[in-house]
Amino acid sequence: MKAVVTVIGMDKPGIVAGVSTVLSNNKVNITDISQSYAGEFFTMIMVVDFEQSKATLKEVTDQLKKAGEKIGIFVSVQHEDIFKAMHRI
Amino acid sequence: MSFSVDEILETKRMIEEQGLDVRTITLGINLLDCIDKSVEKLCENIETKIMSLAENLSNVASSIEEDYGIPIINRRITVTPISLLLGGLDNVKKISLDEINGFNDPLNRRSEDNSIEIKKEFSEDLLAIAKSLDFAAKEVNVDFIGGFSALVHKGFTRADYYLIQGLPKVLSSTERVCSSINVASTLSGMNMNAIKMMGNIIHDIALNTAERNSIGCAKLVVFSNAVEDNPFMAGGFHGIGEPECCINVGVSGPGVVRNVVQHLIDADFEILAENIKKTAFKITRMGQLVAQQAARRLNIPFGIVDLSLAPTNRPYDSVAGILEDMGLETVGGPGTTAALALLTDAVKKGGLMASSYVGGLSGAFIPVSEDSVMTNAAKKKILSIEKLEAMTSVCSVGLDMICIPGSTTPALIAGILADEAAIGMTNNKTTGIRLIPVIGKDIGDEVEFGGLLGKSVVIPVKKVSCENFINRQGRIPAPVHSRRN
Repeated sequence: MKAVVTVIGMDKPGIVAGVSTVLSNNKVNITDISQSYAGEFFTMIMVVDFEQSKATLKEVTDQLKKAGEKIGIFVSVQHEDIFKAMHRI
Repeated sequence: MSFSVDEILETKRMIEEQGLDVRTITLGINLLDCIDKSVEKLCENIETKIMSLAENLSNVASSIEEDYGIPIINRRITVTPISLLLGGLDNVKKISLDEINGFNDPLNRRSEDNSIEIKKEFSEDLLAIAKSLDFAAKEVNVDFIGGFSALVHKGFTRADYYLIQGLPKVLSSTERVCSSINVASTLSGMNMNAIKMMGNIIHDIALNTAERNSIGCAKLVVFSNAVEDNPFMAGGFHGIGEPECCINVGVSGPGVVRNVVQHLIDADFEILAENIKKTAFKITRMGQLVAQQAARRLNIPFGIVDLSLAPTNRPYDSVAGILEDMGLETVGGPGTTAALALLTDAVKKGGLMASSYVGGLSGAFIPVSEDSVMTNAAKKKILSIEKLEAMTSVCSVGLDMICIPGSTTPALIAGILADEAAIGMTNNKTTGIRLIPVIGKDIGDEVEFGGLLGKSVVIPVKKVSCENFINRQGRIPAPVHSRRN
């Protein structure tokens, strides 16, 4: 199962590390990553794969949100099927 | 990347900024197997069946919200029209066949007095059933349960008559039970006896709930060509052609469509329609995904996606706002019906491409109290009941959540019902009417219902009598184009 992780916040050191630590602790593999900046705003989008993970999407989401709060960024995770449904025929 | 950044951010913006959501996941449940001649047993059967099938509905909806990041606003239940469960009750059989035949057929009528007496103690059975539905809905955490209904477009069974006569008591004594009565259809014409009766019933419900702005009327829809798989309230019921149980989903997203229209100020009609279509496609695909997931997780078959645009009182989430953004100064003025026709059609075309199982009402809802832009137009006296009636000939429903003066007579209410039912019958479409004669309020007075039902203003009804028309007996014949065989 794949999911899309979206990170939005003010740019600062440690964002990528904070997010990817949670993912790697849960054996969630990052298959794609894209970052962009609008002024001081930082947006990171990752496509991640849960195939080797024993954690559920909700468990990883909760941990990511907690980590995000600590760093001061907004993290959300959505099953990739919602994007497939809306943007692919 | 399998998706572009723009695509991902577009979806997120739709959800977070433009209020995209699934308006309702509705579980339809057949209750025919609950029939019993003992009312106690019937109530017990109803409670057991609903509570076992819907036990996980709310939790499953929440788990889908978490996984897909899409809000699901309501969880609801529809059931078999309750009048179909009542035939075996002793108190229903106390209505004689002569009486009901006389009521249905004026030529058979034995006296001028057209009413059938139902003693108060007899109607207690009906209230007990309604309370069971209310209880079961509360237990499984759904806010409305629809199907306290009767289909009387061609005539009344004893049970239909019994149910309708009890509605003022039922809708003022329960919280979550919703009712709908089908009084007309393209194939069978209009049951004017029923329409006259519903004028009186709506008036009585208004009186019974007078201390709460006659809110009981918000839980009753009078239909022409009612559909069997409508997931939206108050008019939803689980029709007799439906399976044992199924999941129907109502998507929404006026805010998303409005955002698109706002960015197309100078576009011509082709581009306008094309972009609304594309947006409706995306919204419906999301709804279809949620419906399929809900069905899989509950192990209940998927029924349909209803792609109606349903407004809320959030400022951006307005159907009337879309029409104004197309270039109207105020909704209700000239151009309104054409703009709504364009909108409804484009939404349908996009939605039909997105899901093979589009059903329910599917179009655009125009509930006056639930749409703040519409309420403002009514306050400005631009939006009249006559214009709303015209709009219903090109959109999905009918006169919805419209506050009229409490002094409106039952005959005038019946006249409004008849006009709207005629639009449905003649145009081969569904029309529904939710009128609220607000007792103690007059033209221009503001009415606050709270919650999803919003607030509105009382709009005028022309007070010229239609009494002699409504007092005729019988049925208006079906239109010529009903004969398609």
